[in-house]
Amino acid sequence: MQIGRVIGDVVATRKDPALVGVPLLLVQPLGPERQPQGRPIVAVDSVGAGVGEHVFFVRGKEASFPFHPTAVPADAGIVGILDHLTLGER
Amino acid sequence: MLLARIVGTVVATRKDPRLVSCKLLLARPVDPDGGNAGNHLVDIDTVDAGVGETVLIVSGSSARMAAGMKDMPVDAVVVGIVDHVDVPGS
Repeated sequence: MQIGRVIGDVVATRKDPALVGVPLLLVQPLGPERQPQGRPIVAVDSVGAGVGEHVFFVRGKEASFPFHPTAVPADAGIVGILDHLTLGER
Repeated sequence: MLLARIVGTVVATRKDPRLVSCKLLLARPVDPDGGNAGNHLVDIDTVDAGVGETVLIVSGSSARMAAGMKDMPVDAVVVGIVDHVDVPGS
């Protein structure tokens, strides 16, 4: 799983039927110092995250598992909202 | 998932039999603000997208979870047409 920050949301009227009712959020992946790392991705949300929140997300087919048994076509999905994060000595 | 703009169509006569009658599009990933952000990719269209539209692309094995894509030899499928992207503060 990776850490990211929700930076926006995506609206699509015409989409795969399995995506109807599933929130689509724009997530900026973050590095260990919470600096932006890589390009923003669109992720499905199963935990009710909002813009500005730090989250962790999964990539790959596992992104659709929270919506089981519906086969949601997603390759990135938010599975948790970060309350806080402690980084030990490195 | 990726945000991308449809920049063209792809025609192939000789191809995997499972791809017969599938619509192939050429897409270019874009930033949330519309700038180009990556290399072109060929994808299968399941939502009747057209050239110039911003779309949502699901890639990897998750692409086969889109409607009608079960057991298809694909790794990038257009699953939505983006109406708009909201990024507060940009």
